[in-house]
Amino acid sequence: MRAFAELLDRLVLTPSRNRKLQLMVDYFRATPDPDRGLALAALIGDLDFPSVKPAILRAMVSERMDPVLFGYSYNFVGDLAETISLVWPTGNAGAGDGVPLAEVARELSQVSRSDAPAVVAALLDQSTASERFAIIKLATGELRVGVSARLAKQALADLGGIEINEIEELWHGLHAPYGDLFAWLEGRADKPVPTAQALFRPVMLSNPMTEADYPRLDPKDYCAEWKWDGIRVQIVASGDARRLYSRTGDDNSGSFPDLMNAVHFNGVVDGELLVGSPTGRTATFSDLQQRLNRKSVSPKVQAQYPVFVRCYDILQAGDEDLRPLAFVERRKHLEAFVAALDPDRFDVSRFVPFTSWEELDEKRKRPPHPIIEGIMAKRWDTPYLPGRPKGPWFKWKRDPYTVDAVLMYAQRGSGRRASYYSDYTFGVWTGPEDAPELVPVGKAYFGFTDQELKQIDKFVRDNTVERFGPVRSVRADTKTGLVFEVAFEGLNRSTRHRSGVAMRFPRISRLRWDKPSAEADRLETLQSLLDA
Amino acid sequence: MRGHDLLHPRPEGLYCPPGDLYIDPVRPVPRALITHGHGDHARPGNSAVMATQQTLDIMAIRYGADFAQTSQPADWGVPQKVGDVTVTFHPAGHVLGSAQIAVECGGLRIVASGDYKRRHDPSCQPFELVPCDIFITEATFALPVFRHPDSKAEIAKLLRSVRQFPDRTHMVGAYALGKAQRVIRELRDAGYDEPIYIHGALQKLCDYYETQGVALGALLPATLEKGSKKDFAGTVVVGTPSSFADRWARRFADPVAAFASGWMGVRQRARQRGVELPLIISDHCDWDELCVTIEETGAGEIWVTHGREEALVRWCELNGLRAQPLHLVGYEDEAED
Repeated sequence: MRAFAELLDRLVLTPSRNRKLQLMVDYFRATPDPDRGLALAALIGDLDFPSVKPAILRAMVSERMDPVLFGYSYNFVGDLAETISLVWPTGNAGAGDGVPLAEVARELSQVSRSDAPAVVAALLDQSTASERFAIIKLATGELRVGVSARLAKQALADLGGIEINEIEELWHGLHAPYGDLFAWLEGRADKPVPTAQALFRPVMLSNPMTEADYPRLDPKDYCAEWKWDGIRVQIVASGDARRLYSRTGDDNSGSFPDLMNAVHFNGVVDGELLVGSPTGRTATFSDLQQRLNRKSVSPKVQAQYPVFVRCYDILQAGDEDLRPLAFVERRKHLEAFVAALDPDRFDVSRFVPFTSWEELDEKRKRPPHPIIEGIMAKRWDTPYLPGRPKGPWFKWKRDPYTVDAVLMYAQRGSGRRASYYSDYTFGVWTGPEDAPELVPVGKAYFGFTDQELKQIDKFVRDNTVERFGPVRSVRADTKTGLVFEVAFEGLNRSTRHRSGVAMRFPRISRLRWDKPSAEADRLETLQSLLDA
Repeated sequence: MRGHDLLHPRPEGLYCPPGDLYIDPVRPVPRALITHGHGDHARPGNSAVMATQQTLDIMAIRYGADFAQTSQPADWGVPQKVGDVTVTFHPAGHVLGSAQIAVECGGLRIVASGDYKRRHDPSCQPFELVPCDIFITEATFALPVFRHPDSKAEIAKLLRSVRQFPDRTHMVGAYALGKAQRVIRELRDAGYDEPIYIHGALQKLCDYYETQGVALGALLPATLEKGSKKDFAGTVVVGTPSSFADRWARRFADPVAAFASGWMGVRQRARQRGVELPLIISDHCDWDELCVTIEETGAGEIWVTHGREEALVRWCELNGLRAQPLHLVGYEDEAED
């Protein structure tokens, strides 16, 4: 347990993606089976111990210490699991080799609800504070160490020196503690052969179209489609099994029962999940968010935000694997295949006709629908290749939105940027014209060069108004202030932010040292984008 | 004589009327007794100062030789008469030269412990238990959440990370007096014999510790003129906590921010400071040690100061001891600069 507890402690405080990968790879390399497999399952969120609930933890601690002292402690720490791990009466007396992770997982999974307090208490007694924290987080199901399922799979790929799509393809046929997977990654066994049905197929991805690209490409070799701003999905149906996967292979079927009930086919389809209907209106990304990351979806939400799939490609029809075929051939299969499906749930992405790149560029800049985020250009003659091959598919996004905003708060970065104020909260003007005030609209920490970072850092240090721990508020009024041109991909309504808007993918696109702060944009400019 | 007549708080600090002296005053006074050299306890500008020789030396290093008009060294364990009281300095185990001060008059003994710790620390004298009637305890880590682990395990964690990330610089934030030297000494005890790089603010105090018999091994200044960032990859750099937010810190290769402090036992504290590798190494007692010390002194009355007084007062009540918070102003939490 010690190594797993230390891994969690390090992951949660390590901001760098590559360093997190290194921590995980080193852990997987050094830890024996089945502990590492259970750690992997825990990181990915595949472990569930239904008998252990936070309420029993509270009850357990209240039997063991003065409630007033516990109250002072909890107020100071702010996190229940951490407080309990620290105040537990055995302190660090349980230090030693401790209980192996696999043993902890076995006990937690077998325990009944009535025995849970005694079993959990015995585990906590034998542990250090750090191990107790790991056990409680494990038992209650939320690790929150900043590791996504995809990052954990990337660590596996790094461990085995393979591409991540090989992991994704296998994933749903594998089960904790993943002994066969680790044996393969370490070269001690053949690649596991999945026996499960309806497995994910690694998806084909595109590269951005740059100005250097298209003069070298012949438009006759390519078709074009609109790029819709939904969620890329893969629907796999074989036998009784029907699944909806994200493009990284996460199984999201449970969130979309309405759509899954309309899957009456045998095959694999690639497309974009959108809210609305193929024949009617296509709703915004904000509406789609009402359907994402929900474990259960009420009939009301299903009726209010119906989903459908705009199909881009077909990977398999019946038992026939179509991936080796050229796109032009797959497209014929796709059209025939989708014609037989429920027209309220499926349609085929339409082509955008063009004869020259200049013509396509014009169309890209004036999309006919607000939910279009650009153009996809695909070669007619390439098979369906997993990963991101250079050449066959290009995404050509419409230009980002930009707004001129004023720097309001700056926060110190971490790691390499620990001595720099590198995370910026910026705002736009609101209120009456003659007495405007700034309202924060977003936060960004990249988009500038190292040289520009130094300049902004100096500005922050020279214009600090107040300090709150690692955050400084910066002078920002109609006379003084640093204006950023902020680029972003879209805008959502937000009830969590005072401004009522939340930017998607904001980044600093230019420093406007030349622009007086009073001339930065107003909130109304952003609000008009919402209504579009 | 009642406790209050022997010692009580005034705006200047803890005052003793029969000796006409203050302990660790926060403003200049005619006669001051100083427990140890940390800046919130030892301040310049007092007329007459009594402290251990090491504390006097440290004050001279930090404030210059004229930090007081007159100074008088106190020998360990030797009672001295000041006015109508007898004062005795006993080791507090906090930093080099740190003392508890026992004040006696009319058959009543109060021990003002200053800051203290019970753990083994290779860089200072060990704590000595002084039986007393009234014990004045600090409360820096007086919450049941503070249970410091063995510092050897924390040092081992640091060394594991140094091996795991040989391309990075491990930057250990440590208070300039006491903590820095202890971390360096414990690294040496753990077998680390590479040169350790130090921020300039640590140099004089490290030199002084050496003269007092605390061997710190090879220390080099963490400066480079025209070298590349890679120069410090794989090394350990020790600096004051605040220096890592300075522009000074920019010279190092992809630094791992480590911080040696009792506060690092709480994850949110580490996160707020941007610490990547928290090292729970403290100059103060943890909760269990505070409680044990209070019991062992045999004191019937406990005065609790600087920190989380309410939790320790509550514990005393639960254990049948008279206790009250002693509201002294001007003392800081450890390394919260």
